[in-house]
Amino acid sequence: MKNIARNLLLALLLAPLAAAMAAEEVKLDRAPIDSRDVISLQRGAQVFVNYCLGCHSTSYMRYNRFQDFGLSEQQIRDNLIFTGAKVGELMKNAMDPNDAKEWFGAPPPDLTVVARSRSSPAGSGADWLYTYLRSFYRDPGRLGGWNNVVFPNVGMPHALYQLQGEQVLKTEKTEGPGYPIEVQKLALERPGTMTPLEYDRLVADLVNFMNYMAEPASHERKQIGIYALLFLGVLFVLAFLLKKEYWKDVH
Amino acid sequence: MAATEKQPVTGAGPFNGFLTWVDQRFPLMSLWKEHLAEYYAPKNFNFWYYFGSLAMLVLVLQIVTGIFLTIHYKPDAAQAFASVEYIMRDVPFGWLIRYMHSTGASAFFIVVYLHMFRGLMYGSYRRPRELIWIFGVLIYLCLMAEAFFGYLLPWGQMSYWGAQVIVNLFNALPLIGPDLALWIRGDYVVSDATLNRFFAFHVIAIPLVLLGLVAAHIMALHEVGSSNPDGIEIKKVKDPKTGHPVDGIPFHPYYTVKDTLGVVVFLIVFCVIMFFMPEFGGYFLEYNNFIPADPLKTPAHIAPVWYFTPYYSILRAITEDFMWVLAAGVIGLAALIVSSMNGRPARIATVVGAMVLLAGFFSIEPKVWGVVLMGVSVLVFFFLPWLDRSPVKSIRYKGTLYKTALAVFVIVFFVLGYLGTETVTDTRTILAQIGTVLYFAFFALMPWYSKLDKTRPEPERVTW
Repeated sequence: MKNIARNLLLALLLAPLAAAMAAEEVKLDRAPIDSRDVISLQRGAQVFVNYCLGCHSTSYMRYNRFQDFGLSEQQIRDNLIFTGAKVGELMKNAMDPNDAKEWFGAPPPDLTVVARSRSSPAGSGADWLYTYLRSFYRDPGRLGGWNNVVFPNVGMPHALYQLQGEQVLKTEKTEGPGYPIEVQKLALERPGTMTPLEYDRLVADLVNFMNYMAEPASHERKQIGIYALLFLGVLFVLAFLLKKEYWKDVH
Repeated sequence: MAATEKQPVTGAGPFNGFLTWVDQRFPLMSLWKEHLAEYYAPKNFNFWYYFGSLAMLVLVLQIVTGIFLTIHYKPDAAQAFASVEYIMRDVPFGWLIRYMHSTGASAFFIVVYLHMFRGLMYGSYRRPRELIWIFGVLIYLCLMAEAFFGYLLPWGQMSYWGAQVIVNLFNALPLIGPDLALWIRGDYVVSDATLNRFFAFHVIAIPLVLLGLVAAHIMALHEVGSSNPDGIEIKKVKDPKTGHPVDGIPFHPYYTVKDTLGVVVFLIVFCVIMFFMPEFGGYFLEYNNFIPADPLKTPAHIAPVWYFTPYYSILRAITEDFMWVLAAGVIGLAALIVSSMNGRPARIATVVGAMVLLAGFFSIEPKVWGVVLMGVSVLVFFFLPWLDRSPVKSIRYKGTLYKTALAVFVIVFFVLGYLGTETVTDTRTILAQIGTVLYFAFFALMPWYSKLDKTRPEPERVTW
């Protein structure tokens, strides 16, 4: 009886572990981003308004928020706004969602907080975006001619293919431990205007910006957090001494 | 008492005159004495006794941040999601207010679960504190309702589909189900109408009830006095001169300064989470909830927020095969009751009750029983004061049986909670079913194991 109870307890304790191991996930590359790298954020913003904003809106974000990473209103107006919007306006786009649905199968989602919604136990939303934007490959079976390893049968064609070039998905057979295994690998078939290294850097900058855009307050949040904890640390000492003083006569 | 008979207030320096003026028109000093300066609490409170005052702190935090959020939030299906993002970006320190509120929601449940666990450990629900416990369980129910209604407001995918799933549970109830679900939603699907009424419930209806219950909880507590880790009554040993309990100390200043320390430690933990990991790995803010609600796109995996997941697991554990286990459980329990009770009417009532349940198990769909059992799993807490038959209150003097039962219950609660966040597989369902059996066994068998348990004698005076 005691043994049964012990085994049952053990099974219950180990259950979460076993369950966690069973889940299969796509392995995501870590996004090499730094939210304090102003140059990277500026470049990311530039890539974003040039390549993404044409189809995707970021309708919770205002253009003038770009001032957070060192751009002046004039610079934003001259270099980053193509729609004639005012600098304090939200970054909407002009695509009719009904047209978009017809063209892509689904209207392109708003990207303001995509770096948060794509987070998962497999990695941060930035990791997902960084891997996703480097995982497009040619697939003649798809309507737009593109497919993606991270997001199978995605509706979006590869918007950056001129820069990256065209990848294909190759199946390689290798000798596994005693049995053959099939490994699917992306290979660059036709190079783009950038070297793979340059392209990875560009995507990292873009993702850095998108990560910033998903939560513009994150930097300030951590800074204030440190002050708040320092304050509480001092308060802890005072509260501790006060308690000790009063409780002298109880103990 | 006529106003003139009252003694003037002393000891407040330059404010004596003013306080006397107030006291002659309002029971200021008697309230102060009754609830703080002359409320005698046992001197041996330990770590587990911090969470009552912390729950009050979080309640205030939620109300104050909630008011600020209400100022900027728009309860409109077309604007809700955008207004939350507006708070996060454009409202000065809006992100801080919102994170305080979202972290506070989870903190509320953590604190309340620890507070309830304290009650389970030290028998705080036992006579004469049954009403305190009942008010407490009502507070817990209100909190669940409050959290559920509030979770729809950000209008993200999990908000939407979580509400859809939970409201659809009522659909399963026989006869009134579909109409009831329709009445709650105000529409055939979760929609703008639902958002509007959930906003009303979240912002005014439930908080009002909650505040009233908290007042009742504390009034009942101060009427009978606090219990303690030894589970003995400090009022039994009083100082003959002063008439105060020998093991009691005035709540103010002793526990006000001690709870202040607790508050600071709590705030440190709270701030670490709020400032550095407000999503808490997707448990406090679910990642999917950063996608605006889309009634046409059902997410592949709908998980409630962590504090509901133990009950969600119980709901999902009730399958067709599991009805046999339930039937066996009811038969076993009925046999146990019949064999340990005297008197014909009680025995007949038990048998009839069991027969009705058995007939129900196999004539009504399992999913209905899932909903019923999920409800029972929360409501069963009400009966604890009468299920515990141990001669002692505190776990310090209870025997191995109760200690094992409580340990298993806590582990089961965690495992069910974990399983509720995950997708369903065969193994997980079986685990959830084992958990469900153990969960209910903790309560259903308590009258017997708490009596059989080998207890130790309680001390006369409190120990540290």
